[in-house]
Amino acid sequence: MSRNKIILYSLILAFSIVAPFAFPNFGTQLATLWLMIIVAITWDMTGGQMGYNSLGNIFFYGTGMYVAALITIGLSYDIGDYTSAAGGGIYEFTDLGYFGGMALGILGAGLFCSVCAIVIGSLTFGLRGPYFAIGTLGVAIAAGELVSNWDWVGGGQGIALPVYPGDLDTGKTFFYFLFAAVGIAAFLFARWLYGTRFGAAINAIRDDEEKADAMGIHTLRYKLYTWAMAAFFVGMAGGISAFQLIHFEPLESAYQTINLGIFMVVCVLLGGKGTLWGPVVGAVLFHLFKEITWNYLLGWQWVALGALIVVTVVYFQDGVMGWLEHKRPEWFGIRVEKKVASDSK
Amino acid sequence: MTTIIDVSSVSKSFGGVVANKDVSLSVKTGAITGLIGPNGSGKTTLFNSIVGYHPIDSGSIQFEGREISKLSVQQIARRGLLRTFQQTRIYGAMDGVQNMLISLPHRKMSIFDALKTFTREDYERADHLLEFVGLYEKRMLKSGDLSFGQQKLLEFAMALMNEPTCLLLDEPTAGINPTLINGLIDRLKRANSEFGITLFVIEHNMRVIMNMAEKIYCLAHGEMLAEGTPDEIQNDQRVIDAYLGAH
Repeated sequence: MSRNKIILYSLILAFSIVAPFAFPNFGTQLATLWLMIIVAITWDMTGGQMGYNSLGNIFFYGTGMYVAALITIGLSYDIGDYTSAAGGGIYEFTDLGYFGGMALGILGAGLFCSVCAIVIGSLTFGLRGPYFAIGTLGVAIAAGELVSNWDWVGGGQGIALPVYPGDLDTGKTFFYFLFAAVGIAAFLFARWLYGTRFGAAINAIRDDEEKADAMGIHTLRYKLYTWAMAAFFVGMAGGISAFQLIHFEPLESAYQTINLGIFMVVCVLLGGKGTLWGPVVGAVLFHLFKEITWNYLLGWQWVALGALIVVTVVYFQDGVMGWLEHKRPEWFGIRVEKKVASDSK
Repeated sequence: MTTIIDVSSVSKSFGGVVANKDVSLSVKTGAITGLIGPNGSGKTTLFNSIVGYHPIDSGSIQFEGREISKLSVQQIARRGLLRTFQQTRIYGAMDGVQNMLISLPHRKMSIFDALKTFTREDYERADHLLEFVGLYEKRMLKSGDLSFGQQKLLEFAMALMNEPTCLLLDEPTAGINPTLINGLIDRLKRANSEFGITLFVIEHNMRVIMNMAEKIYCLAHGEMLAEGTPDEIQNDQRVIDAYLGAH
């Protein structure tokens, strides 16, 4: 790594650590920013790097929420009793029950979502282009409806988890750092993965899957593994969200297809598909835009958001990083090599 | 000489169109074999059948003595039987070196091998082969921006990177500048002699195929019309008629 990069990475890391203390009023916003970064990076793993635009990644977010919550509850109580109490019963969690359940729950959410990705992927990866997008969207919507009719997991009312044991401001900072840790892990993981032969293979699938087949690449296997890796991080993010939100329900907060499910795609398009930094830059810009319009254009915020999507898709498809690559190709190593090798003719 | 590809009595129709009818041929290990025939005579269909793009209606196709007509494209490619496309297919958004690195053989690559980064040897091999086809200077450019002929050369280099035992080339010289064709013939011959790759070539350019191939098959209307050495084929009245349209 060059010196400039080390300085850049150190600055970002330092800012990430200081931010919740420097801007204590924005603790939850900053945590949500990390959530956006996680879902954008992982969406780009299939959407940008592999060419499979999933509209169903929100499925892993919602499922992660439920899995984490159910593991935590299940370790201390009977799940059916807990969810049917609906505010009537009193359920206390010990610190071990809360944090232990949370740790196992978040990890279990990630693993369970990876398995889901393999299963759903086996059924949907035969679809191409818009059909894959619609197919996966269908999975997410159907999951939300199924869960909201499943009383054992709380039905349409959702699940109320215990409140963070201790000072609530400390709790906010705690969740901020959980999201930040998963976000940094997702970024470093993606950075490493794109440099491997695996990364090259999924890029090949994006550029010409038939050619990749003809060259003997295990295309289906790579597609499943990639989605499972993405689902692992999204599932964990969902698990953290469940504890951060305390109460969540299936359609608006867990399987929120038209909110976070679309936002993650917009983040990536805005920042630049198929680039390492694009999703991060896009998530930051999108989150800023969203918070500013929600504060200062209230009533018109959805219109502004729609306009942003239209402008991005119509005029700015390559996103910030794509635009930079076009303007400054030499920064990205695109050049004619003047040196002629000795024995070539 | 042993047979590497053995096609026997293969038929393939698309609806009412009979693309291949009872076609048999064999490709000898280590040789250069040609396949010619007028447009629409079923050459590319036969290639597609061999590499597994579509199931055949009847007959058998063996590669290195094993039946492959039921295998998928990927499985056949991993056995070392590779094809290039008539409409060149490369990964347009990537540069030449990346195109080469992606083409490393996945034959013996386990998932753990795949999670390693490319080695210095991989890069050296990529550079060496790009040099071999004369694209070294342009290797850092986006491949989609290369000319059609250069993309064709790149596709050929990618195929070599995959270390196939047998390579099926669908019109390797189509769209290539006539002055470069000699260079390409030379490279194809070298790939055959130096890297030991068996070549099976569809070609419309008679000068090219007569210069290269040791044995030539001629298809017409989906059926095998003639086979023989370049001299025999050139003097075969049926072949001349098929090309001049006296059929």
